[in-house]
Amino acid sequence: MSNVFEYAPAPESRNIVDIKPSYGLFVNGEFVDGHGKSFKTISPATEEVLSEVAEADASDVDEAVKAARRAYTRTWSKLTGRERAKYLFRIARILQERGREIAVLESIDNGKPIKETRDVDVPIAAAHFFYYAGWADKLEHSGYGTTPLGVAGQIIPWNFPLLMLAWKIAPALACGNTVVLKPAETTPLTALLFAEICQQADLPPGVVNIITGAGETGAALVGHPDVDKVAFTGSTAVGRAIAKSVAGTDKKVTLELGGKAANIVFDDAPLDQAVEGIVNGIFFNQGHVCCAGSRLLVQESVAEELLDKLKRRVSTLRVGDPLDKNTDIGAINSAEQLARIRELSDIGESEGAGRWSPACELPTNGFWFPPTIFTGVSQAHRIAREEIFGPVLSVLTFRTPAEAVEKANNTPYGLSAGIWTEKGSRILKIANQLRAGVVWANTFNKFDPTSPFGGYKESGYGREGGRHGLAGYLKEGV
Amino acid sequence: MTATALSTPADVTEITRSDASLRRFLHGLPGVDQVGAEQRAAGLGTRSIKTTAKEYALDLAIRMVDLTTLEGQDTPGKVRALAAKAMRPDPADPTCPAAAAVCVYPDMVATAKEVLGDSGVNVAAVATAFPSGRAAMDIKLADTRDAVEAGADEIDMVIDRGAFLAGRYLQVFEEIAQVREACARPDGGSAHLKVIFETGELQTYDNVRRVSWLAMMAGAHFIKTSTGKVQPAATLPVTLVMLEAVRDWREATGQMIGVKPAGGIRAAKDAIKYLVMVNEVAGPDWLDPDWFRFGASTLLNDLLMQRTKMKTGHYSGPDYFTLD
Repeated sequence: MSNVFEYAPAPESRNIVDIKPSYGLFVNGEFVDGHGKSFKTISPATEEVLSEVAEADASDVDEAVKAARRAYTRTWSKLTGRERAKYLFRIARILQERGREIAVLESIDNGKPIKETRDVDVPIAAAHFFYYAGWADKLEHSGYGTTPLGVAGQIIPWNFPLLMLAWKIAPALACGNTVVLKPAETTPLTALLFAEICQQADLPPGVVNIITGAGETGAALVGHPDVDKVAFTGSTAVGRAIAKSVAGTDKKVTLELGGKAANIVFDDAPLDQAVEGIVNGIFFNQGHVCCAGSRLLVQESVAEELLDKLKRRVSTLRVGDPLDKNTDIGAINSAEQLARIRELSDIGESEGAGRWSPACELPTNGFWFPPTIFTGVSQAHRIAREEIFGPVLSVLTFRTPAEAVEKANNTPYGLSAGIWTEKGSRILKIANQLRAGVVWANTFNKFDPTSPFGGYKESGYGREGGRHGLAGYLKEGV
Repeated sequence: MTATALSTPADVTEITRSDASLRRFLHGLPGVDQVGAEQRAAGLGTRSIKTTAKEYALDLAIRMVDLTTLEGQDTPGKVRALAAKAMRPDPADPTCPAAAAVCVYPDMVATAKEVLGDSGVNVAAVATAFPSGRAAMDIKLADTRDAVEAGADEIDMVIDRGAFLAGRYLQVFEEIAQVREACARPDGGSAHLKVIFETGELQTYDNVRRVSWLAMMAGAHFIKTSTGKVQPAATLPVTLVMLEAVRDWREATGQMIGVKPAGGIRAAKDAIKYLVMVNEVAGPDWLDPDWFRFGASTLLNDLLMQRTKMKTGHYSGPDYFTLD
């Protein structure tokens, strides 16, 4: 759209962050050289190499687990809840104080817009530490016991690197566990900055250990005999492998996996706000959201009107430099992910769905994909069944509430869903019929530390956040 | 009948056949979710506007100002001064554009017209028993005709909020339609009709959307938030709902209707937030004084101050800009 009002670029300064040319592993409170090779982390928006990061091998994993075990036995499990809370509160405050620095670093390493790291990732990450700091001295009221499990091996994905770290580390530490955490290989930098924050907070050595690496490192961590608990967020395929590898051991596991959420719009919905919710549901974080509203189910009688509004709205989305404060959609996190999004979108087209994207210029370097809407999608299309994990929306229609529920539940996944209607009784009725861990009503993609989050079916098991999030880190009944 | 199906004057005749049919239509419009609307407005308010875009926005905002004085104590002297300021807002800088209009009570129209002449700055008059709208219909119409005869280019009418809240939609519709007729000039032209809702009294966004459609069907050229005499006056979410209404109206009928937030917009920074909203909600076609106005008295000086800051790199004190 040609426009008389072209916003001038408003880039956030990157001078606030200091990226070192190389990083070691964070074990026992210090950065150490790993025994393995190293790998490069790049900016997805420019393909520029940001830093070299150590790849932890089995011996590094072993040292990290040992450090965590020592810290667990000697220090952390012996502290009172009140003492643990002090550290968690301190970390939360440092996250807020260094919020801008973290937001910029996250945006550079991940490719997501600064607007989202600044207004969503950092504040909610800090909120999780505050929230679980509050639980640390009140575990006897949790209903899940007060005894920690021991050493937690935690593996997090690349879509919300800092936020997923907070979701994992905050409840683990609050309950008295120590952790070895592996960030995703494409987005290790904020976890390494978090390691510095642990130092700054004087957290006892070994309570938090960060080991970087890819799949092999993760497998070594999951398979380590002295790990008591495995917490994983990521793809269903990897989650399945983890479940197999820990089967028969006494390790506790929580898995938060993929999703193919239905966002259901009834004909009496507040349409303009529903459009905002659809946009937020699928184009937030470039669609790299496991609970993204990737299947729009719209009642036939308003389908045309809603789609017109949606397309007009999507045409105003600004795609580009993640550090520009006016950017709505940033870069796709990696070349591999971009290839997958392209592949599935091409399949959608070849299966006969109508493909639409607004006219938007994409930068020449880096990994980019325009916001895309597929219309005329049916349940049998692959784009309606498989998680694309990108800014791609599949639109299906329905005629009756029963049909909407049937279609919404007809998926191997069950992480989240959305309902849009002005009728309160319908919200309650439909929400009860949907097999999804989270159901949003007249909103979408809202996260809060007090609210449990997790899936049904192939979306995993266990809950994170809220009181329920403590269950995964405590021995029940003790 | 859905909103998008509305495309001919015959449809409007059908809808306004009775109070019941009009109510059915207005209540059949999609609802407005309060939380969602306010969130969207807040989100648009965080756009970062820099340098060239800001220069453009400040000048555009100045061109959109309806410089307003609506006080019991208004004198011809004050109105003359205001009219002079509207033509040359910054006497020190000839590149500074003029305001869109001067907005006064009907008895001051002739005075304002005398100063403004053919300058291109319009005279807008509030009429129809402004600000409460509580008078007999013939008085409201006489008020309007007086202002038009005195040379008003634009009429800002208030609706009967009591009638609207009581559900007497047809009465509100007919009043607007009649005032629109009273805007006719002997030369065959017509003064532009701006319909003021006083959204602070209508309270809900659902009401704002319904009254917007009501006014557009009745022939409003512009829809306007407030008189400035009631708090809250213009807000970003209320303006958002009205911008969505004019956008949807154009989709349905092809006709463009203007939007005017009035009251409480004092800072250039806030004015720019409104422009961002116009741009992204209704579309860039509305970024023009013909289709978007600010009803304001103190906003202009802040716009001038920011404009000078952009040009010189430093702020001058308020004394460097004229009072009115």
